[in-house]
Amino acid sequence: MAQNRGRAARQEVMDAPAMARTIARMAAEILERDGDGVMLVGIHTRGVPLADRLARSLEEVTGHKVSVGRLDITLYRDDVGPWRPAHQQPVLKRTVLPASIDDHVIYLVDDVLFTGRTVRAALDTLIDYGRPQAVRLAVLVDRGHRELPVAADVVGKNIATTRSEDVQVRLSEVDGEDGVWIGREVGNAG
Amino acid sequence: MKRLLIRNGRVVDPSQGLDQGMDILVEDGAIAAIGERLDARGRSQILDAAGLVVAPGFIDLHTHLCEPGLEHRETIESGCRAAVAGGFTAVCSMPDSNPVNDDPSVTSFIRKRAEQVGLARVYPVGAVSKGQAGEAMAEVGEMVAAGAVAVSDNPRPVRNALLFRRVLEYARSFDIPVAAHEEDLDLSDGGSMHEGRVSTRIGLAGIPTAAEDVMVARDILLAELTGGRLHLCHLSTSTALDLVRIGKRRGLALSCEVAAHQFVLTDEDLASAGYDPNWKANPPLRGSAEAEAIMQAIYDGTIDAIVSDHEPRHLDEKEADFADAPFGMIGLETAVPLAIDRLVHGKVIGLMQLVRLMSTRPAEVFGLPGGSLREGSPADLTVLDLRALRAVEPDSFRSKARNTPLAGRRLRGWPAATIVGGTIVWQAGKRPKN
Amino acid sequence: MPVEAAAALAAKDVVGIQRLSPGEIQLILNTAEELLEVARRPIKKVPALRGSTVINLFMEPSTRTRFSFEVAEKRLSADTLNFSASGSSVSKGETLFDTARNLMAMAPDFIIIRHPHSGAPHRLAEVVPASIVNAGDGINEHPTQALLDAFTMCQHFGGLEGLKVVIAGDIRHSRVARSNAFLLGKMGAEVRFVAPASLLPLDVEELGVIPFVRLEPALEGADVVMMLRIQLERQKKLNFPSMREYYDFFALTPERLALAAERAIVMHPGPMNRGVEIDSRVADGPRSVILEQVTNGVAIRMAILYLLAGGRSEAASDS
Repeated sequence: MAQNRGRAARQEVMDAPAMARTIARMAAEILERDGDGVMLVGIHTRGVPLADRLARSLEEVTGHKVSVGRLDITLYRDDVGPWRPAHQQPVLKRTVLPASIDDHVIYLVDDVLFTGRTVRAALDTLIDYGRPQAVRLAVLVDRGHRELPVAADVVGKNIATTRSEDVQVRLSEVDGEDGVWIGREVGNAG
Repeated sequence: MKRLLIRNGRVVDPSQGLDQGMDILVEDGAIAAIGERLDARGRSQILDAAGLVVAPGFIDLHTHLCEPGLEHRETIESGCRAAVAGGFTAVCSMPDSNPVNDDPSVTSFIRKRAEQVGLARVYPVGAVSKGQAGEAMAEVGEMVAAGAVAVSDNPRPVRNALLFRRVLEYARSFDIPVAAHEEDLDLSDGGSMHEGRVSTRIGLAGIPTAAEDVMVARDILLAELTGGRLHLCHLSTSTALDLVRIGKRRGLALSCEVAAHQFVLTDEDLASAGYDPNWKANPPLRGSAEAEAIMQAIYDGTIDAIVSDHEPRHLDEKEADFADAPFGMIGLETAVPLAIDRLVHGKVIGLMQLVRLMSTRPAEVFGLPGGSLREGSPADLTVLDLRALRAVEPDSFRSKARNTPLAGRRLRGWPAATIVGGTIVWQAGKRPKN
Repeated sequence: MPVEAAAALAAKDVVGIQRLSPGEIQLILNTAEELLEVARRPIKKVPALRGSTVINLFMEPSTRTRFSFEVAEKRLSADTLNFSASGSSVSKGETLFDTARNLMAMAPDFIIIRHPHSGAPHRLAEVVPASIVNAGDGINEHPTQALLDAFTMCQHFGGLEGLKVVIAGDIRHSRVARSNAFLLGKMGAEVRFVAPASLLPLDVEELGVIPFVRLEPALEGADVVMMLRIQLERQKKLNFPSMREYYDFFALTPERLALAAERAIVMHPGPMNRGVEIDSRVADGPRSVILEQVTNGVAIRMAILYLLAGGRSEAASDS
């Protein structure tokens, strides 16, 4: 487990209650901006439960069912394949979209926005499924250091980091607890 | 007068029942004296054989020298270099050259070329049928007159039973054996390894033991019918050896040989080598039960000779997939150490019996000079170092070919020197002359 | 107990089921399951192998397998080159290794090879750095076919363990039968081989199967009935008397299929000889999954290419 790793200095920047409040606020921003007809699409792995939580939050407010999908970007990544022999292929996960994405406003949901490469791959993936009316991006944490011209439309929290720092979002569905930590991994360039 | 004194060796000669420390004096290419503490009688070359075994020269009844016509695989010269480096003083050269040795002119060419080379003695084996095509009988008498010591269509079988009957009958007039490669080609059906559990597992088409057995049975019956001399080449199955036992009990003029690799290597070894065509031989490497049966037949005297079955292939020919590659593995430079390592050090037989199987009996079976150290015999000697432990190194082979599956295999018991006609033609650790 | 999937393929090649572990087989099956979805997208293409080159080296005629590989390669955005024996330098006597060295000069990442001789892909894998995928070698193996067959069985039965699988036909010449026997044996299924003994290899029990020389007793309780093509081109008129007689005694007819389990499915690797080893009423019947096999073949081949692309690793992923 990450929190047991050697001499890592870790600092909690968001606890469980704060995360719940943040997600509720993000849901409100989405509602305010595009109404309740949006489709939330979580990016594997932690984007998926985040999209579910945002959907529940929206449903509590509006009383309407919100469409939720999940997206696996593995086949669109730019850091796998034969030209990068040092990698093992990541395990493929399923892409599930509840309906045609044509003419919908799609919110891509992910835990951390960092270089922007994941979002680039997610956009390429999504576009192969149809022609949405608009695609927006919702992230729990924006930690900066973009390598592509990508910006989030809805951000839970902006955190200033150095490149070598490690930002960990932990969600109970995946990790057994809620919270966000930053830490400097000794001997890991991240 | 040219003299050579071989001193202090352990002399093993089955023809006289000798196994003791003795000296051997050679004069003018023949054995002049054998006894304890011989005098050099004036100026003699001395070979100190202390710690070594001195035996009558080993004779290989089954070699393919490939010349004329197939010199990309082997030549008489390279084959003879390999022979003497492998401890053989004489080899019998199979007729599958190009043209086939089915004509006295080819027979005498081989003899003359071998004399020019002057290393090992070469005894040509003529073809049974013209072009080894299995139809018309070749000129057996003419070839014998030119120096052939046997006839054979090896590496092919003689499919036509009537032709085989006739050649067994006809060869009686010249008192030579007919040597047979025993394989029913219909039953082989294009197979490339032994048919059994291993071929089924690794998905190669197999050659059943029955392909050999039915032909051995046929030819033993024909030998009985005709009274001809039959020699069975490179047997590989337990049933074939049982059939030989029956034939010998009936008093037939019957002899047989096995290749040295046949009682050492098995189809399981082949499987673990990953479809390497250097493991492809005909007859194929059989299962361990057959290898055990061969060693039993060596022990009980059913088998007359251990041979190299030296079948050179050019690198390009073996650079193919297993099914496509030709059969054949070389053996001149590995047969003797394989036999010593497995049979003598493995305590299957004693040294005396090994020498009988590689020298005395081969000479008798094909009616060749040699095979004995009696005074007056040709001074062909094989000197062995039973304790030498070395790995097989194909890169140092004298043969032109490298198609052996034995690279890197460590064997105990190697030839130390080879003497032909009183001349040391090869000695371990010394560079060959010329 | 389902087999746990391995993290990656250990070797750079897939030359045979014999060299795959149960965990690797499960990994390929799991990956194919996810890749099946690509075929249902409006745009049936993903960029995973963009920029990599695949050579389809077919030294023996093939339409289905070659097409299936080509579709798989194209759906993963690889560049494909086709090299077949007819009209090429192979027929001019070039050795397999010369051909391979020439092809390597084009720097392919993968070579898909079908070859008439057993062991050719294994030999090739030793001499070229590209990943070799065996698309059928002689009478030895056809690993992708066995994987797609297993995948199809998994779709119908949820797993392979304990399944009773009948494989009937020209077993002696069938690399499909052999690869299936290896795979199903590793995954815990029971395999029954059915053929007149003249079409069975010697010592067939070595493959871990139960041999039958008549079809009817083998069908009892079978969950899967896989009929193999009678390979007319490989027969020398010696192995059985006639097509008519083969049909009468060894073909899968509706009456014989009734002997199998009620849930049994019917498979065939194709191409079929209708009226020889299989009756059209069975081939086109409700229990036939023959066309599903074709669809699944693409997913399996995509999975293998995808996994091999990342399988040449020296270190674990740092992503």
